[in-house]
Amino acid sequence: MSFNSGKEIIELCHNENKKIYELMIEREIALLDTTEEEIRAHMAISLEIMKKAIADSITEDITSISGLIGGDAKKVYQNESIKGGSICGPMMKKAIAYSMGVLEVNASMGKIVAAPTAGSSGIIPGTLIALQEEYDLPDTAIINAMISASAIGLVVSKNATVAGAEGGCQAETGTAAAMAAGAIVEMMGGTVEQSFHAASTSLKNILGLVCDPIAGLVEAPCEKRNAIGASNALISSEMALCGVESIIPFDEVVGAMYKIGRALPFELKETALGGLADTETGRRIKKEIQSK
Amino acid sequence: MSELSMFDVLGPNMIGPSSSHTAGACRIGKVGNKMCKGDISHVRFLLHGSFSQTYKGHGTDRALVGGILGFDPDDERIVESFAIAKALGIKFEFLKADLGDVHSNTVKIEIQKSSGEIVEVMGSSIGGGNIVITRINGLDLEFTGEYFTLVVPHMDRPGIVTKVTAALAKHEINIAFMKVYRHNRGKEAFMIIESDNVVDQLTMDEIRSLDGVVNTYSINLK
Repeated sequence: MSFNSGKEIIELCHNENKKIYELMIEREIALLDTTEEEIRAHMAISLEIMKKAIADSITEDITSISGLIGGDAKKVYQNESIKGGSICGPMMKKAIAYSMGVLEVNASMGKIVAAPTAGSSGIIPGTLIALQEEYDLPDTAIINAMISASAIGLVVSKNATVAGAEGGCQAETGTAAAMAAGAIVEMMGGTVEQSFHAASTSLKNILGLVCDPIAGLVEAPCEKRNAIGASNALISSEMALCGVESIIPFDEVVGAMYKIGRALPFELKETALGGLADTETGRRIKKEIQSK
Repeated sequence: MSELSMFDVLGPNMIGPSSSHTAGACRIGKVGNKMCKGDISHVRFLLHGSFSQTYKGHGTDRALVGGILGFDPDDERIVESFAIAKALGIKFEFLKADLGDVHSNTVKIEIQKSSGEIVEVMGSSIGGGNIVITRINGLDLEFTGEYFTLVVPHMDRPGIVTKVTAALAKHEINIAFMKVYRHNRGKEAFMIIESDNVVDQLTMDEIRSLDGVVNTYSINLK
């Protein structure tokens, strides 16, 4: 079992009457001489890490190493000042809080699953766990979704990049959102084509997004961009499940993302020399942190 | 690089905040631990480029010390690594350095063993938690720790490579990649052997006992 593109995954799913995660499990078994049980047990550990990070972030007082972020996930989760508790609705509110929370845990040297990177590690757990709670889904469904998400991330890794230093934030939080969106559509009963429409839409929505972290740290604006990434994945899944299609196919969107990433100046690719990092406030914070 | 596993994409499981500055740094530190077999009295970390600029904010310092203690990148003790090292009587210091024309995330680790002997390991964190070791004890070489890696310092003379590979063959260890490096003809050299399966202690001891082999180090990074 081998595939290098979204197109190949769609064809294989049809020809073999399989789900994305089933293809990915077959590929993993062939690649590493492992078993489905081992794969599922390993993924269950990753899921527990994700759940623990979320639980810690909404109950404990978290501060990042630099002191720049912390406590915002809890604010969103616990807030009751908005009438009805949320403008976006209870499930979206959770997805926002959870995705931010994982980033806070990451920034405070807690344990996370890079998904696909540490800087974008909030989007997949934030969306999947919020949906699990909303629809009372079993862990098996979430593990299947994580495996399908990894197949989409694999296509991006093979044909482009998921590194902010190479492709900007679009490569990190854009890929994470695409992985989440495609997996969510499959988990919620959509077709494989719909999965890739959702993945395409997520990535298209933030094409060109630069990586400009303040003081070079995986903290701000990363945390809020994970919240946007989670929302992006949910909005894109909803559109796809309702039959809205992406005009540009997934593989071409990935190609466009890669070209844009390479065209971005190096100041806007994780070097902290441009964008928000190079604002008056960004420079002041950097000086303060480095003189500590 | 070998084919990506699903856990390379959705993973690694790691202590934050950065796969390159935290997880990768920890793995380079762990290679240091293996190259001195855990015998450490004093360590100096010479930090280059981006490592020297942002090491505090990324916990690169705590990850390096955690690695030196033999921790993996997902070990929660990394956060407390300074205290753990101090309790073990291990001294450590961080210095900013210009290590020349190397990757921006590079560290040179100088380990003083209890005997006073110095072991030097230099490596770069190249993204996603992946690393490249570029120098050991002043000798330029290259390995990634992606496979089970056996480092064999030996004397540069005819027949040694055959003896080592024969010992591996006897124990059914399949060599995926192998490279030999040396300073000067007839002096100390290094074999870097990357295999699909872990090299057990018995095989290590057998190789170690071969005439002309100086030592054996097994490096197994998660």
